[in-house]
Amino acid sequence: MNVVRRLLLVRAGAAALALGLLAPIRALAAWSKDAFAAKKADDALKSLGASGAEPSKDIVIEAPQIAENGAVVPIEIASTVPGTTSIAVLIEKNPYPLAGKFDFMEGALPFVKLNVKMAETSEVRVVASAGGKHYVATREIKVTIGGCGG
Amino acid sequence: MAAGPMKMRATLMGGVTDVRVLMTHPMETEQQTKGAPYFIQNVTVKVNGKTVVEGQISQAVSRNPVFSFRLKGGAKGDKIEVSWLDNKGESNKTEAAVA
Repeated sequence: MNVVRRLLLVRAGAAALALGLLAPIRALAAWSKDAFAAKKADDALKSLGASGAEPSKDIVIEAPQIAENGAVVPIEIASTVPGTTSIAVLIEKNPYPLAGKFDFMEGALPFVKLNVKMAETSEVRVVASAGGKHYVATREIKVTIGGCGG
Repeated sequence: MAAGPMKMRATLMGGVTDVRVLMTHPMETEQQTKGAPYFIQNVTVKVNGKTVVEGQISQAVSRNPVFSFRLKGGAKGDKIEVSWLDNKGESNKTEAAVA
């Protein structure tokens, strides 16, 4: 093996390594198309790799019991499961249940408050992921006027 | 209605920074648009240039989205940046210093 060839191989290896390192960073900014296109909450969670969550009291969902306007339903979620890195919000009876998924990095608390649209009265399922395990809490919100058709 | 300006407030209280942000966006569903939904897909929160929250959202988020996030600690003057990217490739961002 001559020197030039060896150098080229070393560079190729370095380039491959760099690509491998960059790939997950790019994946972060992506949008989980398949999970958002799922029509059942379980399928969305499977697509996110968050199936088989166990019930937890360490996920708190603050929301109205009855939402008069399904177009704007405020939901506040906080997880005190140690090491929570991700929270997914699913509205079981919406045409596409997955409403959002939030990844929290060092510096952020596993907390989010947002307004969602609800087509009809439904369970809202929140799945928190921590250390490769998944935890779930649910809450029913009654909707008087649906908010998806507009 | 088109996408437009953002508003943000970041307040430090009791060792936690509360970030509230409003985005102007129609967030139209498939049903509303007869198959051409128009909505924000990605929301990113940065503190002093470092990403701390990466959110992916769907058309089920209400029109003119309002989010609250909470940051551990922080100091007055820290620079918070929130940006969004929608499914048509439009984006916007806003900055505020923690007060």
